[in-house]
Amino acid sequence: MKSDLKTDNSTKISIRDLKLWYGDFEALHGIDLDILSGKITAFIGPSGCGKSTFLRTMNRMNDRIPSCRVEGQILLEGQDIYAPEVDVVQLRTHVGMVFQKPNPFPKSIYENIAYAPRIHGLVSDGPDMDALVETSLRKASIWNEVKDKLQQPGTALSGGQQQRLCIARTIAVKPDVILMDEPCSALDPIATAKIEELMDELKEEFTIVIVTHNMQQAARVSDHTAYFYLGDLIEYGDTQTIFTAPKHQKTEDYITGRFG
Amino acid sequence: MNNRVDMDNQTDMNQLTEVTKTASFMNNNKSDRQIKRKRADRRFHWYGFTAIAMALAFLVFFFVDIIGQALPAFDQTEVHVTVNYTKAATKNYNKAVDKSVRRIVSRAWLRSIPQYLEAHPEMIGTSHDEWVPADSRVDQFIKEHDGHGLKSKYQRTVKEMQQENRVRSVFNTTLFTRGDSKLPEYAGIWAAAVGSVFTLLITMLVAVPIGVMTAIYLEEFAADNRFTRLIEVNINNLAAIPSILYGLLGLAIFISFFGVPRSSALAGGLTLALMTLPVIIITTRASLRAVPESIREAAYGLGASNLQTTWHHVLPLAMPGILTGSIIGLAQAMGETAPLIIVGMMAYIPDAPTSILDATTVLPAQVYTWSTESLRGYSERTAAGILVLLTVLLSLNALAVKLRNRAQQTW
Repeated sequence: MKSDLKTDNSTKISIRDLKLWYGDFEALHGIDLDILSGKITAFIGPSGCGKSTFLRTMNRMNDRIPSCRVEGQILLEGQDIYAPEVDVVQLRTHVGMVFQKPNPFPKSIYENIAYAPRIHGLVSDGPDMDALVETSLRKASIWNEVKDKLQQPGTALSGGQQQRLCIARTIAVKPDVILMDEPCSALDPIATAKIEELMDELKEEFTIVIVTHNMQQAARVSDHTAYFYLGDLIEYGDTQTIFTAPKHQKTEDYITGRFG
Repeated sequence: MNNRVDMDNQTDMNQLTEVTKTASFMNNNKSDRQIKRKRADRRFHWYGFTAIAMALAFLVFFFVDIIGQALPAFDQTEVHVTVNYTKAATKNYNKAVDKSVRRIVSRAWLRSIPQYLEAHPEMIGTSHDEWVPADSRVDQFIKEHDGHGLKSKYQRTVKEMQQENRVRSVFNTTLFTRGDSKLPEYAGIWAAAVGSVFTLLITMLVAVPIGVMTAIYLEEFAADNRFTRLIEVNINNLAAIPSILYGLLGLAIFISFFGVPRSSALAGGLTLALMTLPVIIITTRASLRAVPESIREAAYGLGASNLQTTWHHVLPLAMPGILTGSIIGLAQAMGETAPLIIVGMMAYIPDAPTSILDATTVLPAQVYTWSTESLRGYSERTAAGILVLLTVLLSLNALAVKLRNRAQQTW
């Protein structure tokens, strides 16, 4: 990847007039939004507002839903990811994803990390792979907890450890963007704190987009916040501004807990 | 301080419950409604218990009956006679034994003497005292079964031989080493067992790969549209079709159209494969569906292709379920008789088949053939055949259960 794009305030993903339908139901009504490089962008909003759907358009995970149809543009570093010549499989190595429920493969911790680099031919098995596994686990701040049990199943770890393993697995393919779909909603406060700390470290290297139901979390970790309501982007701006001086009444109602 | 609060709470609670206790949940103070409800509960419990007890009673009765009938078949009576391997015996086997015991020894054994002498010419001109298999009627008479059909003069001979210790009972190896015979003492399940193995191998080789592939395609690759839904409904319907119709289908396609030899393991195996396919497809789809969606998402999210996701992650997790389904499907095919009647496998097969194109029969068909015979010796062999078949089927099902238990892992 071109490193000059990773300078401050450069646009990583720009979304232009994005509309999305599930069958006849229009779930997103024309979203325009720029995701900035090296920042953490949080999507907040009440359930069913389309924030998760929107997140999943950015690595085309919605392609798996047969009734789903997308219109508009999503430009990742200027390239339209919905263009016909795009290889979805390759796209997902650039835009990784961490899911709501920790979902490690029922294989060893080592295999969880090594799987994706192997199928993409990034490194071959052996010392190079060992090094990559270690780096990835270190970056996800879980190395110290698992270094003695790399051959044990990833599913035997605690929930918070599993989620950090999933993050390590995602960064092993060195994506540009990491999408996180409510990564802490299944975790206890201590595990959540660890993930949030980790996100702060990861933004040095990756652009992070996070969907969260937890407004304190959005306020704590993100640089930018977007508020969604019923398939519309209501407000988008600096997290501080959104939480202290929102421009829209709806945003204020939501973040002050008046509804949602 | 805290204690005090707790105490206060407790007294409050006690006062509250005291009122409700006497009113509702003490046994000595029940409303009609509660009594009725309790009775209904108890009644339902007893219905369930009775049903299970009846089912168990039937099962026990069935097993006791079958085992009781089958056990004598594992013993074979032998008699000690002088065998004269004379020159004359090579032409007329009757000359090999004395006239007095000619109807006591097995005719099937007697008939095999010229063949034996042809293979061992050095034996000609010698005479030996040997234990030889007794005629089935003698066997039944010794086992004191009604309807043994042994004439009274032979009964006397046998009794005399018994007193001279010239009658003994040995384990019936013939039952496991020979094919069908017109003489019960020489009838065994070997040919049918080999036929069953051949037939099932073909069923397995055809039905498992096609069934599993079909299920994977439908579940993981095919778009969910009207066409695939139509296919799905039809597969479910096929699983419920009377099995004899598969026999007609097999006859029309494999025998009439493709010219596969009648009665062959190939024809039977292909026919049973048709019958087993829907079962395998349905169970495979179910076990693929049981793999959590989060595993697929994880793989797709890392940029694995559809094929890689299925092959590396979904299939290994579904494998125990697929194996279980396949084994149950094959066990079902093994016990199946109806479609095989149509493709000509209900046949008299004395010799084990040596290729999949030879005429052959299968275990359940052999059991059926014996059950229609009138000689007393066959009825115990029928039960023995059922017992062998049941043992194999139960072991297959036990294997399936074992695999299913191994599959119960957490994701």
